[in-house]
Amino acid sequence: MKCLRTIGLALAATLSAGQVNAEELTGTLKKVKETGTITIGYRDSSIPFSYLDDNQKPIGFAIDICYRIVDAVKQELKLDTLAIEFNPVTSSTRIPLLANGTIDLECGSTTNNADRLKQVAFTNTHFLTATRFVSKKSSNLTSIDDLKGKSVVSTSGTTNIKQLTEANAARNLGINIIPAKEHAESFLMVETDRAVAVVLDDILLASFVAGSKDPDAYVMSKDAFSKPEPYGIMLRKDDPAFKKVADRATAALYTSGEGLRLYDKWFMQKIAPKGLNLNAPISPELRREFAVPSDSPDPDSYKAM
Amino acid sequence: MNYHWNWRIFFEPAPNGIGTYLDMLLSGLVLTIETALCAWIIALVFGSVVGVLRTLPSKTASWVGFAYVEFFRNMPLLVQLFIWFFVLPELLPPSWGLWMKQMPYAPFYTAAIGIGLFMSARVAEQTRAGINSLPRGQRLAATALGLTTAQAYAYVLLPMALRIIMPPLTSEFLSTIKNTSVAITIGLIELTGEARAMQEFSFQVFEAFTAATVLYLLVNIVVVTAMRFFERAIAIPGYITGK
Amino acid sequence: MFANFDFDVIRRSLAYLFVDGMTFTLTLTGLSALGGLIFGTMIALMRLSGLPLLGRIAALYVDLMRSLPLVLVIFWFYFLVPYIGQWLTGSSRPIRVGAFASSLITFVLFEAAYFAEIMRAGIQSISKGQPAAAQALGLTYGQTMRYIVLPQAFRNMVPVLLTQTIVLFQDTSLVYVLSIPDFLGAASKVAQRDGRLVEMYLFAAAVYFVISCAASFGVRQLQSRIAVMR
Repeated sequence: MKCLRTIGLALAATLSAGQVNAEELTGTLKKVKETGTITIGYRDSSIPFSYLDDNQKPIGFAIDICYRIVDAVKQELKLDTLAIEFNPVTSSTRIPLLANGTIDLECGSTTNNADRLKQVAFTNTHFLTATRFVSKKSSNLTSIDDLKGKSVVSTSGTTNIKQLTEANAARNLGINIIPAKEHAESFLMVETDRAVAVVLDDILLASFVAGSKDPDAYVMSKDAFSKPEPYGIMLRKDDPAFKKVADRATAALYTSGEGLRLYDKWFMQKIAPKGLNLNAPISPELRREFAVPSDSPDPDSYKAM
Repeated sequence: MNYHWNWRIFFEPAPNGIGTYLDMLLSGLVLTIETALCAWIIALVFGSVVGVLRTLPSKTASWVGFAYVEFFRNMPLLVQLFIWFFVLPELLPPSWGLWMKQMPYAPFYTAAIGIGLFMSARVAEQTRAGINSLPRGQRLAATALGLTTAQAYAYVLLPMALRIIMPPLTSEFLSTIKNTSVAITIGLIELTGEARAMQEFSFQVFEAFTAATVLYLLVNIVVVTAMRFFERAIAIPGYITGK
Repeated sequence: MFANFDFDVIRRSLAYLFVDGMTFTLTLTGLSALGGLIFGTMIALMRLSGLPLLGRIAALYVDLMRSLPLVLVIFWFYFLVPYIGQWLTGSSRPIRVGAFASSLITFVLFEAAYFAEIMRAGIQSISKGQPAAAQALGLTYGQTMRYIVLPQAFRNMVPVLLTQTIVLFQDTSLVYVLSIPDFLGAASKVAQRDGRLVEMYLFAAAVYFVISCAASFGVRQLQSRIAVMR
């Protein structure tokens, strides 16, 4: 009996020692465990990914995905309660605020590319979009070269403004580039005729046009500044444990069919606050991404089924 | 601390194809100086006129001056710039409004005029203080000699008053330079704006802002030294014109 | 001219503007003024202490803060404070600092330079006889400052300090550059969401104007009353 007890105790000791090693938390997981809160960075007006509803609460496709990640973190750390804090970010503050610890997850419409991977990490892609421009039909602008010599607006800190700047230099268009602080401001500039065109991701442009006072007055260009690029939820770099949890949560979400249901909720049905329906059916590339999730920054790796 | 430094970023090419990041910052600096100078000229002209108005014997003139100063002093500069840039074009007849909105360099003109008028209220106060600090005898002697009010101001009061208020005017000019940074909200990409753009394109937050800080400090030193020489050059011997 | 303007948007957003926006602005102004005054007085004392090193550091700090635009300082501290927190507390990661805390730290440190100059002028305006008499009575430096010099200096400079606070109130609008929700930020959000720039900006301008005017008027009254007492 006594022998059995010592063996039992020894087994328990070795097993619990293994347990202690597994709980050596680092990075964001450690921070969340110690503080009991996780902070989500949300956008003001990236409809329908991350925006404020009428009660100034953040909602959206990316926010819903982040809730799933938070649930996974809660399970992983075996916490009874995990408080979620929300912190507003803009295109230009999202990376510094992630790096300096103000937010732990950035849930919005951030493009995953190789340049940004030097500073941050991304989890599995949740959307694919190309950079286009929207202008008023009355301005008669169809191609990028038509923008020569005009005033064009984009949001600071985005890949869109960077692509616009580079295209401007490469094709010698002499465009007067006006940077705005947020997407809503960019679109407002075209609405009030301060700029003739706004350059943003095509899905965001579609949602602004649909929600504007006079949707028929606008037209989106067929010309794109880039190939369809992936959106990802941003995380801090050099934090493999947290990335693993996020990757697992998002992969489970997408492959289970829940991802398609969420897509349907935000893109094919009426959404708050004005009951707008974007009516944007899922592209074949994105369907494949949900079936086989990937966090690659390379636009070419996202092919149709 | 997971921020990695890269001080060589200044010599890497900027995405606007024009040069390096350092060139970007320097072009912002040039714009800052241009805007500050234009705003300062507007401020001096309007400010001295209003300051004189406030010291005139006529009650209406005094009241007009008072209203002008209170109007521009009680609103934040940012709000004033917004009114000029966003609100004014909408209140004008549509064709004028459209012309204002589509004007090239609209942010520059708006910023120069907006900041100029804001600072003119402060210059007006300084001018008034300067004129009031002169001994009463000056004005009385001018009247006794048969000078009209205008001549009294032009030949007796203003030359002394302006010299007296040189030091506070220097600090107001430095203020003007600092206030140009507020114009990034209406799209004027001056030094602070370029530093921000550099931060957004290259992700090197601290290098960008350190460079901007150093440049502002340099501008400060240059202006203060230049004004010191200028003050010494126009000083009237025998008078303590505010050291 | 005002035909197609919708001033009802102001009425609908009053609650959000004042409860969220104005409380942020007023709290930030009040706390920054207090913090700036305390810190500024310390710096003024450092400068007047007669110790060359302390004086040099204080002068350098004041010159630095007064040469930089507030917008740049706001950017600096918003991104920098968590790293400073990490360095100060020796923690393994940057400390999370919210928008309000970061703005508060920025304004306290920035305004301290201006308050320092005001307090320095105030302290220097006290006649030399006061500290001399205090020394003759056997009071230490600390006691002299605390019971004799600072109260008088403060009383003399109250109008200037209050005017500087009004300037601070207007300067808080600059947190707009970081989309921090103060009064102007709130007005701006409503303006952009509903496309009603004219109405909201005019309203914001009117509110700032009324508050600043009333405050300046109050300061002038106070000034005339204190002048008589002297």
